[in-house]
Amino acid sequence: MEVAAGGGCGAGPPLLLSDSEQQCYSELFARCAGASSGGPGPGPPEATRVAPGTATAAAGPVADLFRASQLPPETLHQITELCGAKRVGYFGPTQFYIALKLIAAAQSGLPVRTESIKCELPLPRFGMAKSDGEMRFGNPAELHGKKVQIPYLPTEKNSLKRMDDEDKQQESQSPTMSPLASPPSSPPHYQRVSLSHGYSKLRSGTEQMHPAPYETRQPIGQPEGSSSEGPGVKPLHRQASLIRSFSVERELQDNNSNYPDEPWRITEEQREYYVNQFRSLQPDPSSFISGSVAKNFFTKSKLSIPELSYIWELSDADCDGALTLPEFCAAFHLIVARKNGYPLPEGLPPTLQPEYLQAAFPKSKWECTIFDSYSESMPANQQPCDLNRMETSVKDMADFPVPTQDVTTGDDKQALNSTANEPSPKDVAEDTASKDCNSLKARPRSRSYSSTSIEETMKRGENPPTPPPRPQKTHSRASSLDLNKVFQPSVPAANSGLLPPPPALPPRPCPTQSEPVSEADLHPQLNRAPSQAAESSPKKDAPHAQPPSKPIRRKFRPENQTMESQESAAAVGGAASAAMVKPHPTVQKQSSKQKKAIQTAIRKNKEANAVLARLNSELQQQLKEVHQERIALENQLEQLRPVTVL
Amino acid sequence: MAVCIAVIAKENYPLYIRSTPTENELKFHYMVHTSLDVVDEKISAMGKALVDQRELYLGLLYPTEDYKVYGYVTNSKVKFVMVVDSSNTALRDNEIRSMFRKLHNSYTDVMCNPFYNPGDRIQSRAFDNMVTSMMIQVC
Repeated sequence: MEVAAGGGCGAGPPLLLSDSEQQCYSELFARCAGASSGGPGPGPPEATRVAPGTATAAAGPVADLFRASQLPPETLHQITELCGAKRVGYFGPTQFYIALKLIAAAQSGLPVRTESIKCELPLPRFGMAKSDGEMRFGNPAELHGKKVQIPYLPTEKNSLKRMDDEDKQQESQSPTMSPLASPPSSPPHYQRVSLSHGYSKLRSGTEQMHPAPYETRQPIGQPEGSSSEGPGVKPLHRQASLIRSFSVERELQDNNSNYPDEPWRITEEQREYYVNQFRSLQPDPSSFISGSVAKNFFTKSKLSIPELSYIWELSDADCDGALTLPEFCAAFHLIVARKNGYPLPEGLPPTLQPEYLQAAFPKSKWECTIFDSYSESMPANQQPCDLNRMETSVKDMADFPVPTQDVTTGDDKQALNSTANEPSPKDVAEDTASKDCNSLKARPRSRSYSSTSIEETMKRGENPPTPPPRPQKTHSRASSLDLNKVFQPSVPAANSGLLPPPPALPPRPCPTQSEPVSEADLHPQLNRAPSQAAESSPKKDAPHAQPPSKPIRRKFRPENQTMESQESAAAVGGAASAAMVKPHPTVQKQSSKQKKAIQTAIRKNKEANAVLARLNSELQQQLKEVHQERIALENQLEQLRPVTVL
Repeated sequence: MAVCIAVIAKENYPLYIRSTPTENELKFHYMVHTSLDVVDEKISAMGKALVDQRELYLGLLYPTEDYKVYGYVTNSKVKFVMVVDSSNTALRDNEIRSMFRKLHNSYTDVMCNPFYNPGDRIQSRAFDNMVTSMMIQVC
């Protein structure tokens, strides 16, 4: 796909797409968007690369694509809403990519949330039942540039030749699909011109395009399209590499199918992936994962509890309630197989036995993966396993597509392909060591915030539970907020400003005091007291309505006068008193001064408010953490309960 | 060897009960149910001593003309009740004890499964297999 046109992706969407993902998504998008998008690549010479980003995926093809992902309808609705398509009313590239990423997340078992897409995800899978198996990336080279051509669009793309491969497969399906395609009301439905190998959606796409091949040209200036050109261009570029890599994956599937191993054999990439996951849960690969941690982790796979229970039974060979690395890999493998529709075996298959796994992947290898970047470590310790054959090609693999769930009848080849395909571990992502940690850390975290926090708390619970860090400085109860601390930042900041103005608003109760008390003694007191009282009083008064302040001011006036008389003797307030010393300030002058004071007081108020708000959020955070810990401890207690002596 | 094996939770509801398919399985359920009283009696009798010293194996709970009922209690008051055919005189106490020990081990394995919530019915296939193996010998 001459996606070279891809150019820079304008404002990068909040999505972080790996190369494979980008390619895949842009290719899919182009398929859905059709010719108007200028085609990710093979676009006819006149393909309007001009505005590849203006393309939008038509609702029809997109809906079909989503359905092909075999997610439940409500999940699809969620995804549509989340990606913003509903908001903007159409599927622009951004929405489409987000949707695809969410599909991938949903298929991996993550909750459908925007956070889920922040991490590395396998490619979304779109299966059209058994036909998926027939779709193979025959020749990766073919992927370059040319897209599969719809039979009736010979002029559109020069990908006719590629189409030939799939024609036979697709034509058989086309009659069934075309009726579906014909109803679409809007021409955009036929926009999907560009197709690529290996995507079953491709097939359905082609079928849908049968009806009105030439209409595809029209929607070039689709009014719906509006997403920025940037994102549209970049994805196109990424599509190429993605599709290329995906084709390699499919190739590997073929390779795997050649090996008559049962699907219970863990491939190299799968193992890598499992090891990574293990390490994300337990940094020490020679140690084990506790039952609760593993439970939380495996629960994310959305399998039913009885099934998970059975899988655990199978994989925890020593029945110690914890999973060592081989056990974990076996369990993970079983889960993956189960998700692919494979019935669970009666007993642990020999290839999944911990001893076998240990032998197949000696300790050194386990450890190597820790320190080296995965792609490099793999060739380093080649195992005499036929699994490793795929390795070099695996490295090209873009991403980790969770196997499609189309194996219902136990098509071995299919399942094997899927299982083998499955772990194409985030090799691409992990190629860079720097990404390793990030993806590892990001992955579990982003999988589910709630569960990862529980995991953390559980981990914390496993060691002697350390009490949450008690903030020594702050109070645990909001009511006992340390006002000194609150006012401290504001006081020094406003120190200079604080003192001068307050005297303008002498304390309210003072009027009675100020007069009888001796002037000299009162000076410092009044100045200090006003500084505090005025601080609080302006805080109270200033926000209040004006009328209340007027009487205060009036009240203050006599105070001021008394104050002035007192302060005239000694300038205790410094600048404050200087400001105060005004012979018979008129009401207006006083009010203006007071206004200034009020304004500064307002400023102080706001500062204090900000401090309090910050404090509040911190306390909330602490409360949340403590709450979680409590939940974790309660869980532990629950689990320990049956074993306790009565 | 056993005609019926049951695992009773602390609260005296069955976590697992399985009997050989005879014409009247309900009879076994009744027997297990009534044996609970005996189990409690034995527990309380020994209860004066420290719980730790209480032996897990309770022995013959009560014999009927056709069957003998044996009991076993774990430290967490989970009871295993086994109904054995009286005609099978070859069964010795040691064998019964070993059978209970196996049961207890399997039960522990079930407990170790993090996906098992204490108090749920036991649906572990491994446990099932073990129980089946114990019961098949009877036939």
